[in-house]
Amino acid sequence: MNAPAPAALNDLLQGDTAGRDGFARLRVDEPTWTRLAMGCAAGLHDLGAIWHDAGDVSMLLLDPRAGHRAIVSLATVAGAYPAVSRHHLPASRLERTLRDLGAGRPVGMPDPRNWIDHGVWPNAAPGQTNPRPDKSYEFLPIEGEGWHQIPVGPVHAGIIEPGHFRFTANGELVVRLEERLGYVHKGIEALAAGADIDKVARIAARISGDATVAYSFAFALAVEAALGWTPPPRATLLRGVMAELERLSHHINDVGFICNDASVVALQARCAILREDILQVAARCFGHRLMMDRIVPGGVAADLPADGAAAIETCLKRCETDFAAVMRVYDNSPSLLDRTVTTGVVRPELAARFAAGGHVGRASGRAFDARRNFPYAPYGEVDFAVATRRAGDVDARVWVRVDEVHSSIAIIRDLLARLTPGPITTPRPVAQGPAVGAAMVESFRGDVFIHVRLDADGKVARLHARDPSCFQWPLLEAAIEGNIVADFPLCNKSFNCSYSGHDL
Amino acid sequence: MRWLLLRSLLEGPAVIDPPAPGADALAELATSLGDLSRRKLGRSLSIREVDAGSCNGCELEIHALNNPVYDVERFGIKFVASPRHADVLMVTGPVTWNMKQALERTYAATPAPKWVVAIGDCGLNCGVFAGGAAVVGPIASVIPVDLHIPGCPPTPLDMLKGLIALVDRMA
Repeated sequence: MNAPAPAALNDLLQGDTAGRDGFARLRVDEPTWTRLAMGCAAGLHDLGAIWHDAGDVSMLLLDPRAGHRAIVSLATVAGAYPAVSRHHLPASRLERTLRDLGAGRPVGMPDPRNWIDHGVWPNAAPGQTNPRPDKSYEFLPIEGEGWHQIPVGPVHAGIIEPGHFRFTANGELVVRLEERLGYVHKGIEALAAGADIDKVARIAARISGDATVAYSFAFALAVEAALGWTPPPRATLLRGVMAELERLSHHINDVGFICNDASVVALQARCAILREDILQVAARCFGHRLMMDRIVPGGVAADLPADGAAAIETCLKRCETDFAAVMRVYDNSPSLLDRTVTTGVVRPELAARFAAGGHVGRASGRAFDARRNFPYAPYGEVDFAVATRRAGDVDARVWVRVDEVHSSIAIIRDLLARLTPGPITTPRPVAQGPAVGAAMVESFRGDVFIHVRLDADGKVARLHARDPSCFQWPLLEAAIEGNIVADFPLCNKSFNCSYSGHDL
Repeated sequence: MRWLLLRSLLEGPAVIDPPAPGADALAELATSLGDLSRRKLGRSLSIREVDAGSCNGCELEIHALNNPVYDVERFGIKFVASPRHADVLMVTGPVTWNMKQALERTYAATPAPKWVVAIGDCGLNCGVFAGGAAVVGPIASVIPVDLHIPGCPPTPLDMLKGLIALVDRMA
């Protein structure tokens, strides 16, 4: 008997044309499913997401080099299907989540421990037909003398989201970090099922509040693709402006916090003022500091006032000069560089294997940016360079963010220059029966993926959201290995993964 | 670095003028803080922030309270790293089942006298997450709450007004 060989998405896609949303949709049998999973491990394509919906399990596969992306579906046998994680470990937490939250049953998982289910829910998760019998949770064992463990969280010392970190260390040296997440699981996908589009848009905006613009953007694109709905040109440009302002505010803020974690508080103060400046301009232009609920299916909910472009330009100028001053100090402070250079290294092979998006992937040589690889409006007509570094350390992640600050400023100017008066929404087309739509949007953190299935009345039957953090959290475990405990905050802040977006 | 620090001196402070205490907050505190619970804390409050299920939107704006523009420390309000050092728990989010025990333990670890400030619409009524199967309920359904500051998320200025009301009321 021949062992199955890995299959490449590229070979399967011959003749298949992508849908309105740019995603090809394929139905496969079990052997092909397994061969595609092996293809992920062999590096033939990237794994983007796995979810279960109405008896089918689907995975998102990406081949950025060939420009292909496909949603591959397999009919399950009462929820059971061959686990992808058996061949490709980055799928592990996705499948543990899928199993904990619904009726899907991945068979042959290498790590069958609970993930989102902490054993405290009063009922099984909605739709879950196989509640986990074993509610205990065992961290990976340690053997040998001289090791101690440092448990941290879920309530951390700073003003951050909850999660548990279990460090195994010898003195200051960390040899293993194991994460335990799921504390902020709110049941978002279950809440969205059966709700109308407007309500789900508000929920999607709060999947991860720091990337609210990106999530609203992705949800809007997915719904618009499903309904054949086209937003007006002015709305499309304003969406880009909001998305870039969000990116700018976070990158500047996070660079400040990295400096703060290395005790250079003056730089953090300067960055915090810049962030505040951006948020105040956002509030003035779009009516909300974080621009929450401002991107809606069909367009945008707030128009730029007449003096808006000038206010944004003033803010951008200040960002340019002040952030350049901050980075001059950063680049000339040996005590600061001593903390960031060679700290928290993510090897390029690992970033590629996990298909890590955002600055985490790009600082380790993975030149993927959804705005460039799978452009969506308005980015098809925007010229910018995807910033990459190879070192994969905290310093490389800082510089990728710095490059993106510059490109965001240029993109905002470009989009504002092209604005012409016009409507900011188009009316919703009548639903023509059940429909599906998907979208991938580059948040400041990386690619956000949203998949929606609408029922015949135009209500949301199934929402699946995959945060970029799902493929970045595991790399944080790898980054801290061999570093000292005191450098963990620097590594963590340079990643800035989402807890809420991961836990859903 | 010298250039940056010198510029900070020449430019003058970035800080805004202190806002008046929030009227809604004063009204809620008048009923929630009885005379017996008032203590002379010397207008100094230590706050421990707890995310009990938030989307991280509220956390971003709580961070902003500490920036040089709002500079909450000038009012004697300080964020601390442990509930054992705290007078006030500032709690965000709808309380998730997975965070319920951690919130209860954090509350138990905070020495009396203690006050709880619930931040955001989620803290008040679970916001868009109301009815979720993985959500216990608003913060007041798990621990006693003295002050609500609603908003999605509340602006730093809203929070500042509420906290100043708390300091004024307790002083």
